[in-house]
Amino acid sequence: MSELTLLLIRLAFLAVLWFFVIAAVGVIRTDLFGSRTAPAPPRKPAKQPRPVSKPKKGEPRQLIVTGGPLQGTIINLTETPITIGRANDATLVLSDDYASSRHARLFPQDGQWIVEDLGSTNGTYLERSKVTRPTPVPLGVPIRIGKTVIELRK
Amino acid sequence: MTAKRRGAQLGMLAFAVLIVMGAYAGVGLGINGKVPSGMLGYGLGLGGLMLAAYLVLAKFAPWADPLLLPLVTLVNGIGLVMIYRLEEGGIKDASASNQLMWTALGVVMFSATLIVLRDHRALQRFTYTAGFVGIVLLVLPVLPVVGSEHYGARIWMNLGPFSLQPGEFAKLALVVFFAGYLVAKRDVLALAGRRLLFIDLPRARDLGPVLITWGVSIAVLVAEKDLGTSLLLFGAFIAMLYIATQRTSWVLIGLLLFVGGAVLAGQVFSHVQARFEGWLHASSTAVYDSGTSYQLMQGLFSLGSGGILGTGLGQGYPGLTPFSFSDFIFDAVGEELGLTGLMAILMVYALIVERGLRMSLASRDPFSKLLGGGLSFILAWQVFIIVGGVTRLIPLTGLVTPFMSAGGSALLANWMLIALLVRMSDAARRPPPQAIQDEGMTQVMQR
Repeated sequence: MSELTLLLIRLAFLAVLWFFVIAAVGVIRTDLFGSRTAPAPPRKPAKQPRPVSKPKKGEPRQLIVTGGPLQGTIINLTETPITIGRANDATLVLSDDYASSRHARLFPQDGQWIVEDLGSTNGTYLERSKVTRPTPVPLGVPIRIGKTVIELRK
Repeated sequence: MTAKRRGAQLGMLAFAVLIVMGAYAGVGLGINGKVPSGMLGYGLGLGGLMLAAYLVLAKFAPWADPLLLPLVTLVNGIGLVMIYRLEEGGIKDASASNQLMWTALGVVMFSATLIVLRDHRALQRFTYTAGFVGIVLLVLPVLPVVGSEHYGARIWMNLGPFSLQPGEFAKLALVVFFAGYLVAKRDVLALAGRRLLFIDLPRARDLGPVLITWGVSIAVLVAEKDLGTSLLLFGAFIAMLYIATQRTSWVLIGLLLFVGGAVLAGQVFSHVQARFEGWLHASSTAVYDSGTSYQLMQGLFSLGSGGILGTGLGQGYPGLTPFSFSDFIFDAVGEELGLTGLMAILMVYALIVERGLRMSLASRDPFSKLLGGGLSFILAWQVFIIVGGVTRLIPLTGLVTPFMSAGGSALLANWMLIALLVRMSDAARRPPPQAIQDEGMTQVMQR
């Protein structure tokens, strides 16, 4: 066995050894270990709200933003309460420094919509008066939250 | 979604076995100029064993980390080849067939652990039992009849024709104990206490367990003259304490205690003193001639003659170092594979530890995190202590190089350690059970 062959074998062995290490690192790299952000299995479509029983005459059907950055936004009123604030899970998410994260809530009761301030810093105003306790909202009366104005419409 | 990656695992496993077979061939070519006749036997033996281990793993821990088994196979195989090479080179005590048998037993232990232990969290219930077992295993060699002293350390236990080192298993039991104990006590250890300058000082009464562990490890040092195990245990405890509490003060306190204890032991006990002497003045002629640093210096000469690329398998003289097949196998590998080969092997160890730590990060409950972190740490710490020892970074201590050194107990214990890591990585990577229904929908009953 010549010196040269042995030298080549030696170098080849070291190269293969390192190739093993690199291959192992490659497995780690492509291994999505610990990643929990992969797409979740497709969720079944969210529960459809039960069709609203036909609104009686005079009951509001829509909430419309009439002032502020979200002007023109329309939310169809169902029987579920509407939360307003900067929190991501609010129904109407405001990006407004004057609004609190959970600012106010609108909920139906006996055919009327009631506005309730949820302890916000800057207050909720129905027309000109500050909402201090749950107050019924008549049609077309502006509710002011920070820079945003909303109204209930038919 | 994590994948099982069976293909990658099997591929890497075959790759590792092929490298080991190549190494056998290289040894034969280097010594005799021909491929050794036993190569196929050893290669198939190792390959068969690992295939069996793989099948058990695929059946009982299908989501386990794909890299652990191939990486361990490689270091175990390189160790086998090196022992074979030393045996061929005329070292009496090196026996590759013995080592292969112990590897087989190791794989049996690995499989048994995987089959018996379906959920590692069950171990948490045996926290204090594990602690007791660990202490008993540590103490066994000191007892008069069962224990025996070889090569200046009293760490062996006679068991008929075999001798075992119960300390190797004690470390597993103690890591289980530390993990269970710290899960229960971590909050008190982390939160109580005062802040002084930039470190948080713990309360005096919380120091108890640390002091006890310190006492035990110093006792091991004194009674069994086993610096390695002592350092291993105390280091593991401090590391786990740090993982559990994230407080640097524990590490500082631990280091101070250990250094203090070691310096004191160095003053009082002659065998520890000799270790220090052989480390600090290894190259002085007087110390070398007295034999204190003979082995260490031979190992360093061995590494030096290997250089960057090594002498080539079968072409160096690693047999000149005493115990080149056990404690000094790292130097033997370094001589024949060179720095390049050593770095690759250290990388393989680093990858094993990385997989272990990564798994412990991905685990969901604190016990698994601590157990995984602790087991990975003792593996890394063991490699550090022995490699640091034989390269004269720290005083030499008689620890085995995991999976490479000749020695049955350590091989068995380390295979069990890997089985625990595999079991935990299976639990960590297994996707969470899918909810059968969405909230609000009618529940789907399956018959």
